[in-house]
Amino acid sequence: MNFVTPEISWAPLAPIIIVLGAAAIGVLIEAFIRTPATRRSVQFVYSLIALVVALGVAIVQWVALEGGGTVVAQSMLTVDRQSLAWQTMLLVFGILGLILFASRTRAGESAFTPLGSTAPGSIEETVARRRGFEATEVFPLLLFAVGGMMLFTCVTDYVFLFVALEVFSLALYIMVALARRRRLMSQEAALKYFLLGAFSSALYLFGVALVYGATTQTSFVEVGRGIDAISGREPLLLAGVALVLVGLLFKIGAVPFHSWTPDAYQGAPTPVTAFMGAATKAAATAALVRIVYTSLYPLEWEMSWVFWAVAIASMALGTVLALVQTNIKRMLAYSSVAHAGFILVAFAGFTEEAIAALPFYLLAYGLATIGAFAVVSQVRERGEDGGVGAEAVRLGQWAGLGRRSPLLAGAMALFLLSFAGIPLTAGFIAKFEVFSAAVAGGGWPLVLIGVIASAVAAFFYVRLVVLMFLTDVPDGAEDAIEVEDGSLARLVIMVTAAAVLVLGILPSGVLDVYADAAQFLVLPNG
Amino acid sequence: MFPFLTILVALPAVGAAVLWALPASARSRAREVALGVTVIEIVLFAIMALQFDKGDAGAFQFSETYAWIPQIGTSWALGINGIGLLLIALSVILTPLAILAAWREDKDVKARRDYMALILVSLSFMVGIFAARDVFLFYVLFEAMLIPLYFMIGRFGGLQRRYAAVKFLLFSLAGGLIMLVAVVALYFAGPGGEQAFLTDGLTGSLDLSVGQERLMFLAFFLAFAIKAPMVPVHTWLPDVAETARPGTTALLVAVLDKIGTFGMISLCLVLFPEAAQWAAPGIIVFAVISVIYGALLAIGQRDMMRLVAFTSVSHFGVMILGIFAFQQTSIEGAALYMFNHGLSTGALFLLVGFLVARTGTADVEAYGGLQRVVPVFAGTFLVVGLSSLSLPGLSPFVSEIMVFVGAYPVAAVAVIISAISVVLAALYILRTYQRVFTGPVPEPVPAVRDLTLRERLVAWPLIALMVLLGFAPGVAIDYLREPSADVVAQVTIEEAGA
Repeated sequence: MNFVTPEISWAPLAPIIIVLGAAAIGVLIEAFIRTPATRRSVQFVYSLIALVVALGVAIVQWVALEGGGTVVAQSMLTVDRQSLAWQTMLLVFGILGLILFASRTRAGESAFTPLGSTAPGSIEETVARRRGFEATEVFPLLLFAVGGMMLFTCVTDYVFLFVALEVFSLALYIMVALARRRRLMSQEAALKYFLLGAFSSALYLFGVALVYGATTQTSFVEVGRGIDAISGREPLLLAGVALVLVGLLFKIGAVPFHSWTPDAYQGAPTPVTAFMGAATKAAATAALVRIVYTSLYPLEWEMSWVFWAVAIASMALGTVLALVQTNIKRMLAYSSVAHAGFILVAFAGFTEEAIAALPFYLLAYGLATIGAFAVVSQVRERGEDGGVGAEAVRLGQWAGLGRRSPLLAGAMALFLLSFAGIPLTAGFIAKFEVFSAAVAGGGWPLVLIGVIASAVAAFFYVRLVVLMFLTDVPDGAEDAIEVEDGSLARLVIMVTAAAVLVLGILPSGVLDVYADAAQFLVLPNG
Repeated sequence: MFPFLTILVALPAVGAAVLWALPASARSRAREVALGVTVIEIVLFAIMALQFDKGDAGAFQFSETYAWIPQIGTSWALGINGIGLLLIALSVILTPLAILAAWREDKDVKARRDYMALILVSLSFMVGIFAARDVFLFYVLFEAMLIPLYFMIGRFGGLQRRYAAVKFLLFSLAGGLIMLVAVVALYFAGPGGEQAFLTDGLTGSLDLSVGQERLMFLAFFLAFAIKAPMVPVHTWLPDVAETARPGTTALLVAVLDKIGTFGMISLCLVLFPEAAQWAAPGIIVFAVISVIYGALLAIGQRDMMRLVAFTSVSHFGVMILGIFAFQQTSIEGAALYMFNHGLSTGALFLLVGFLVARTGTADVEAYGGLQRVVPVFAGTFLVVGLSSLSLPGLSPFVSEIMVFVGAYPVAAVAVIISAISVVLAALYILRTYQRVFTGPVPEPVPAVRDLTLRERLVAWPLIALMVLLGFAPGVAIDYLREPSADVVAQVTIEEAGA
């Protein structure tokens, strides 16, 4: 076997290099700036600039892109319109998430623990808090996550995909553990997420090995050709493909690989939940689309029942379990499981329409998710010392929020209506697109089940709206809730709310972009 | 051409935005602003109606078509035929009256402002729905309209309002989502392209098997039957009527529920003629059940708001019977009934509301002998009540007769059974009048005021319209003849072909 030094054209990877490079330098900033307050400001501004510049570069690349795109590093990576569309989306989620990360309460608290290495409730923790320590490493971690996810959307090689997967997953595991309040729950969530995540990564890797065994290839396209050549069912291949799909469905959070979602969503610091909920799903969907359409499509027949079964199970279980939740973060987590089901509905029949519909769905879903968790981060309990306490996540605590702060509750209602797919919100257009794609592919029954699930889901979204607007604050509980007004969080809420409305009323421009993006540079038969 | 319809849709929404943007000092003027907006709306509508070409009432006039989301084939396409014109008339007439009726409902300035803004928003949606010439646009407005209504029911009204609002929302949403599947399917069955959802383009060009067409018809019909409300999916209406504010209920039953019957005529029949033929016998059975069951339940009610709600279930049954008889006269009658029922039931709900505002209860048993105390109120109530039981000389009579006469040749049994409802109507209306207004004056004499000027301004214009259309129904029927003929032609072409 000859080892050939790969020739890599770096330019198409510029946005990813900017983000990952900035992340690496961000780690150095951690080491060299000692004052926590300064470090925090520097890290925030620096990371923001990195993401905005990367977004600018990605947009320029989109505009300047001629032909289909570029194959980088000997078919390890492909930068085409499809991946650029996902990359810009992830950068937008990253920017919004970053702003939420930097948001602080009136008392100047961030959402993160001062020092992650202290034991919860220990003296060290108290000291760290008194000294005003700051866990500013979340900023470079966020950059690593965003960079890894961007890489995830343009990788065209099974082994390299694993690398990208681990880059963003490891960053997420750490961030989940860093909640300032309810720290034990946060650490438990991170541990569960890590163990299950590592398990699914291992399954994925095993799957790749089996696929390699069957086709002697690791690049998407070559595997696709290999599957074509095998023609007929090869148990080794089928087992491999099944395990690969498990790895990706785990990240999307589809049943039966969803069990990490409620705990991770609930335990993670809310800004992390917001970012993770929006971006992980988008990145995983992007990779799934690319794998299915460029590599595994010869197995359409064998795969379709998997997608159908997982979609139905996710919609049904996600909806039913969301109904019985009393914790807002858990409710949104199960709702995300149901949405994973809706995402998979688009795959019914593996139509061309799905490639254009999915980015829009993920964009609409991601914006509403970030907005909704931003609102959650603003509604606080009153602490024992009379100050602002942890987030008020019990549903009952939200009673009468509409009277207290109509704009915040109004925005939340908008996000919930978008989740429910009510017209004039982005969620409706997204759902319509996904259902159209499924109908085009003959997925009638799936759409019917999707519609029934939506109707049931509307019940729990509306229940929160009822609580906020139509229920009075219980007697004696007027002071139990404190509404924060962090200007950064407000900014995120305003931007996402406006985007959800605009995408719901005038989606043409964005739909055009995603229609342009609905092509892959490299196809096995092309 | 002047974009009348877009402006009629946008004006109330802009008005609502203005209300929400009012500074705190000007907030107490919300009612006047809202009323002003609706008056401008009426004037604009009147100018448009005068330009409407009666000779060509079957065609869509004042058409506007702009690309909206060409990627999914939907356009901002508005346009009205005679039926649409009449129903928009009903909307713009009743909205200011509902505002007047709610004039003193809220002490809290903010709540009052919110209520007025919500009424304006729903007016936007009503006009938009009756003017939509694009199925997707129709669907979007049909579903989005639930949001303002949900808040109108859930925030303002009696003790059970939250329950009623959620019930209303879930019923409507369930119907709407099933319709969504059919809307998606329509895209694939139709001509496709950037204007795939235009009603004109879809009519007669659907590529569907018999089974598919029937399923899609049922999906649309279910959504409209819930809205209309028809037995057995009517149960949300009495609960809402009982607890919501009378103005809300009046708008809901008088105008918004007409979207159901309007959709049946202009979408179900036109798009799926064969399936409509196929389903008609079954639907007529349910319509007749609605007619009789609604009337019987109305007789049994003690709560007057519930009573009026059940009479509406009965009346909607008559309309649906007229629609699915597929006769020129019966469809004309049904369309006219939609308008007349709006006037008469709207007035009835508002009057009961005035009574409840005086005494705090809608329980029939709590009243008696009010005739002597409030003679004007009693007289007004009696006239409106008589219109609801279809007394000749008042407009609902004409439309009910047209439905029965028109449908008789094809559905004699159904008509004969439904005609019993006329007797039952006399029973529920007159008994109510009797128990509330006649009999000995209770001691001590209840301190109930007679109709105030504001309340007369609400009730009497409606009565005037009913008398006018009772004696000269031709004024309205001229607008309905051609649209009905077109619908009948559309349905029967298929029959001739089959």
